[in-house]
Amino acid sequence: MYTLRTRLFKAALFAVAAGSAAHAAETITAAGATFPFPIYSKWFQQYKEKTGIQINYQSIGSGGGIKQLTEGTVDFGASDKPMSDEQISKVKIKPMHFPTVMGAVVPVYNVEGVAKDLNFTGEALAGIFMGTVKNWNDPVLKNANKGVKLPDQPIVVIVRSDASGTSFVFTDYLSKVSPEWKSKLGADSTVNWPTGLRGKGNEGVSGLVKQTPYSIGYVELLYAKQQKMGYGSVKNASGKFIRADLASVTAAAAGAANAMPADYRVSITNAPGAAAYPISTFTWLLIPSKIDDPAKKKAITEFLSWMLTTGQASTAALDYAPLPKAVVAVETKSITMIK
Amino acid sequence: MASPVIAAPPVRQTQSFARRLISGDEIAFAVTWTFASTILLVTVMLVWQLYVKSAPARDKFGFGFFTSSVWDPTGEKFGSLPFIYGTLLTSFLALLISVPLGVGAAIFLAEMAPRRLSNVASFLVELLAAVPSVIYGLLAIFTLIPLLRNYGEPFLKATLGFLPFFQGPMYGVGYLAAGIILAVMTFPFIISLSREALMDVPNDQREAALALGATKWESTWQAVVPFARLGIIGSVFLGLARALGETMAVTMVIGNTPSVSASLFAPGTTIAASIANEFAEASGDVYLGSLIYLALVLFLLTIIINGMARILIIATTKKGSALT
Repeated sequence: MYTLRTRLFKAALFAVAAGSAAHAAETITAAGATFPFPIYSKWFQQYKEKTGIQINYQSIGSGGGIKQLTEGTVDFGASDKPMSDEQISKVKIKPMHFPTVMGAVVPVYNVEGVAKDLNFTGEALAGIFMGTVKNWNDPVLKNANKGVKLPDQPIVVIVRSDASGTSFVFTDYLSKVSPEWKSKLGADSTVNWPTGLRGKGNEGVSGLVKQTPYSIGYVELLYAKQQKMGYGSVKNASGKFIRADLASVTAAAAGAANAMPADYRVSITNAPGAAAYPISTFTWLLIPSKIDDPAKKKAITEFLSWMLTTGQASTAALDYAPLPKAVVAVETKSITMIK
Repeated sequence: MASPVIAAPPVRQTQSFARRLISGDEIAFAVTWTFASTILLVTVMLVWQLYVKSAPARDKFGFGFFTSSVWDPTGEKFGSLPFIYGTLLTSFLALLISVPLGVGAAIFLAEMAPRRLSNVASFLVELLAAVPSVIYGLLAIFTLIPLLRNYGEPFLKATLGFLPFFQGPMYGVGYLAAGIILAVMTFPFIISLSREALMDVPNDQREAALALGATKWESTWQAVVPFARLGIIGSVFLGLARALGETMAVTMVIGNTPSVSASLFAPGTTIAASIANEFAEASGDVYLGSLIYLALVLFLLTIIINGMARILIIATTKKGSALT
């Protein structure tokens, strides 16, 4: 009696497992970054129409994506911030980074009586967000904005209250241009901000900036564009003030493409190149380097190939900067390394 | 409730064995007991999970977690003082505003207002309780904050600026804005529960006071309100529990800066707001553990307050026991 029951139970378990494996071939789960979610959902939709393979993506944030990948609850993850060596060592199957699109972070501000777009040096931005540059008529701002009458008003700093890839890119840039920032605060998805009000998400920051006179904050380029917000230009490594747009962001990646490490974990803030916008970033898919299920492996690798070719063509329509050709070429080779 | 002894109907011998073994009462007992214990079990498991998952933070910071006001995710140093302070301060502010207004409104609706007006007003008040908190947050961002920044805070600074509570830069967002929005959100609880407590006061109470020559107001204030006072206190505690745990509306207006400041104009944060802000992207065991530790602190706070409210409400429903 006992053995019969056990056998029946085992048979039932097997049937369930077999059923889910068969089902999994058509459904792939993924989770991670929110910033590329609009383009990812468009890609996954187009890919489903083409192949019938459904990729369910939860945009729960980069940290959440890495967490779920580590716990093995998703087939692949996505992040705006490359995984650290420590994070990678915690994942059973070593994940590979695949850049998909690019984004940028722009300074947004609310200064009455200033109609022109302002210029910001790295020194000025680091000073403002560290709380050492306190007034809009500080010399460091005046010198970069000749001919603009800046008011004698205290600066109200607005930062992100939630941890986010946007904050990581911004602080990564500030760490590169300001040694003081690097030693005191560092680059992370949330830092120990010494000053300012905090808003949740891009919408929280932009809402506070719009509401608070003489304030400054930072949001994703995409968000600023959608909201038709004005934003400042930032001085790049070649000493030019560059306004963020698709071309200047792609230029930042092109500058970094020559020195691209094999695992694509690269920061492209403050990138070389006269036309490069300095607060730019890749966003990555985190793909396990070994996929046991052959059907899943086929689906994921084919999606990557499709994303690097057809997929890249639809990025500009959604205001994402496409990958430079050189990066696409090396990435295509990396796909074959997935076992 | 002295009921006469009723003789049990004779059990019919033809009933099946199973029917006699398990009577309807026993089934009902088993089913309801299961339901009740499930709910208890969920609560116990919640606390247990929070306790276990907060271990990295408890081990690393110990009691220092409650006294430090550093919140540095990069350096993995965490202290909960600004969060506990912000939670208690905003809730206290909310009650400071909503208790006099809410209880006053409840007295008017229960004792003074014409029946029809009272019913319509109570219905509207209960609607307020159903408004999602994100809507309150949005309303606060677009109306309350500009009003506070341009008029409210400058006025307070000009008149009461000598007090440490009304100094410093005026952003509109901050403890004061959070306290006011929480007050608006706790109104419905205080008004509708207090009104019910007042309306439950037996008419004998009012008639006796009036018969002794009291005016309408004297009868209300000296005979009716004291009778209902435990129900009113219960409503205040329920409002407080809501204020302590409120997340969305608060995070939209408080400024989310983990600092401790005496000035009500200063931006601050609360436990619930910072968990909502940081949990999704928190990485590292200590960071995550610290957020869960915060959740445990908040959970215990609300459990204590909810428990007190329950006890008070149970006490008020025993008629006559309120007057001692």
